[in-house]
Amino acid sequence: MQAVAPMTFADLRAGMSARVVRVDEDCLESLRLQEMGFTVGATFQVLKVAPLGDPVEVQVRGYRVCLRKNECRCIEIEPLS
Amino acid sequence: MLVGNPNAGKTTLFNRLTGASQKVANYPGVTVESVVGTLRGTDSSVTVVDVPGLYSLKTSSEDERVAADVALGKDGEPVDLVVYVLDATNLARNLFLFSQLAETEVPILVALTMTDRMGSAGQRVQLDALQAALDAPVVDAAGDVAGAIERTLAAAKPPSLRLPLTPEVEREVDALRELMARRGVDSTRAEIRQDLFNPAEEFQAFLHDFPEVRESFEAARDRLERLGMRRPSVDVAQRYRWADEIAAQVIATDAAPKVRRRTGTERLDAFLTHRVYGLLTFVGVMYLVFQSIYTFAAPLMDAIESAFGWLGDQARPLSGGNPMVESFIVDGLIGGVGGVIVFLPQILILFLFISLLEGSGYLARAAFLMDRLLGWAGLNGRAFIPLLSSYACAIPGIMAARVMPDPKSRLATILVAPLMSCSARLPVYVVLIGAIIEPQFGAFWAGFTLFAMHFLGLVVAIPVVWLLNRKVLKQRRLPFVLELPPYQWPRARDVGLALLNRAKVFLKTAGTIILAMSIVIWAAGSFPRFTPADPVAAAAQAGVDADGAEAWVQQEQLSRSYLGQFGHTLAPAFAPAGFDWRITTAIFAAFPAREVVVPSLGILFRLGGDVDDGSDDLRAAMRDATWPDGRRLFTPSVAIGLMVFFALCAQCMATLAAVKRETNSWKWPAIMFGYMTGLAYVFAVAIHQIGKLFGV
Repeated sequence: MQAVAPMTFADLRAGMSARVVRVDEDCLESLRLQEMGFTVGATFQVLKVAPLGDPVEVQVRGYRVCLRKNECRCIEIEPLS
Repeated sequence: MLVGNPNAGKTTLFNRLTGASQKVANYPGVTVESVVGTLRGTDSSVTVVDVPGLYSLKTSSEDERVAADVALGKDGEPVDLVVYVLDATNLARNLFLFSQLAETEVPILVALTMTDRMGSAGQRVQLDALQAALDAPVVDAAGDVAGAIERTLAAAKPPSLRLPLTPEVEREVDALRELMARRGVDSTRAEIRQDLFNPAEEFQAFLHDFPEVRESFEAARDRLERLGMRRPSVDVAQRYRWADEIAAQVIATDAAPKVRRRTGTERLDAFLTHRVYGLLTFVGVMYLVFQSIYTFAAPLMDAIESAFGWLGDQARPLSGGNPMVESFIVDGLIGGVGGVIVFLPQILILFLFISLLEGSGYLARAAFLMDRLLGWAGLNGRAFIPLLSSYACAIPGIMAARVMPDPKSRLATILVAPLMSCSARLPVYVVLIGAIIEPQFGAFWAGFTLFAMHFLGLVVAIPVVWLLNRKVLKQRRLPFVLELPPYQWPRARDVGLALLNRAKVFLKTAGTIILAMSIVIWAAGSFPRFTPADPVAAAAQAGVDADGAEAWVQQEQLSRSYLGQFGHTLAPAFAPAGFDWRITTAIFAAFPAREVVVPSLGILFRLGGDVDDGSDDLRAAMRDATWPDGRRLFTPSVAIGLMVFFALCAQCMATLAAVKRETNSWKWPAIMFGYMTGLAYVFAVAIHQIGKLFGV
């Protein structure tokens, strides 16, 4: 079976919606992100990518926050169509 | 005690509750500070404390932990009541922290903010339902919060919260509860759940005495772990499930859902964070801010300077004709404090803009735009305000670093802010470029040198931050989380009180640490006294004519003082940089404040202390200055080395005092002083030595 590379924040484009599918437990960043509302199953929408390519602005649980792509590597996501 | 998420409207509520009766309090070793005030409009004397906003009581930096400890009364004063500031527009995430707080056994009153914003979206929060769900009294923050606080204080009880449990967890909790009951310990499900997920210290001590119970708890944790329900994320997920449910229950939609319109915030953001217009607006806003600091502050600073000059003149007769007392009062006391208070206009103007930008929500957008640029150097998007302000003056810059909630980035920013070339360095550049560079190399290179000096600090800051982040700042690193709150009009009361608090903090620092340091430096330059009975005769003896006698006495006084002796002693150490004892003494005289260097050079080159950076006499004297053996003193490599030394060195005690105040520790100003002075020395020596190889 061919493994599909897990999708992370680095693959996000403005306007996309996505769902958190898995979080890496051993990473401190992941816990803070979960506390910010990115729990497994949470859906969010990418509103904007900053002019220089990073950070990304997303809407999750009704509020807006921006995050650096590489600091969200411990969160695996899947796109919603 | 006011607790809540960042951006929940805590400070606005605090200002409304306490008015101007505010005091800033800080805690040893961390950058956290809380504001303390007295509850207005009630007969009782209730003390209200505003601590920095928190996202979680658990995953936190050292600073956030201190804030949490203060909030829960673990640190000093016990807390009678926590007023939990709950943002109605952001219920789920705000309820997450509430669920953690509810387990700490403190009584809670919930103050619901931003209800007007909900109303304009056709929604409202049903207070009764929320009150029942949270088992805590709820009040609209726009209503009579003070009255609610008084009423709740009279019958305060901690809420007993029932977090929903997944079946697996519930099974374990029930089994453990039964086990504990058999040992004669009755506990609620909530208590067992907490013992299982986040055992308190007392409970761990209890387990120590009952190994079988401990084994049961550990076995339960292991089983949950094998189910893929590792503790921290299960805990977070459960709290959010609970929060989402409550949010869904208590929000009522009044107006029929219309076609969804873009909100004002979305329309503004389309422009303000646009890749072209957003960046242009940002540049425009920053230009306005810094232009204002220079333009509007200048007349105020001149006014303060002349006020202190006048005060000095008024104080002269107090000395009773004793020149030493006169010098102490006028130069030591009044001059020292005046030299610091002169920064107040810049600080206030900068903080006026910061309050407006932060209060409106624009600051977060600007950080969003700039993050990539600064993140590359190991800082984050919010660092642009402190760093840019430091080009005017590092003191407001360092104070402005409080816009950064992450303590690690904040410390890194504070530590490099003084490398930015502040306006007090300009006179040094002007004198040296005018005396040495321009006559020899022409106007183009003079301009280039001035530009290079301003750019140098920024370039040096990048490797310094890199090293600091890896070697010195060993704190837990949390991800950069930047909330973009909806835009709103800044409130005049919030802006005014923020300015008032900053001014109070700064003046307190100026009146204590800085005053003490001014006196020490004044004494070092004034003792032992050199007062020849007949200055003209003494000057003649030294081969100086009567016209130059006064300047000669000034030179001798400084040369013979402790400061001058220090300069003479350390001159050999600065010889590799090509500095003689005069330059060395001028450098040491400038450690309290670098702008002192020009009058010091005037005295040391026997022109008296009244020279300024435009003085042709001083330029000529420096150009003609020689070593005792007739070699030219100010070669281009010495001049550039000296400018670079001033560009990098921490010659400003007010900055060090500000760092001490902001970091609440002498450690960071000591590190800053050490690394900046070290860098300055190494660069000056390297430039002179390389210059010598090329014969300049």
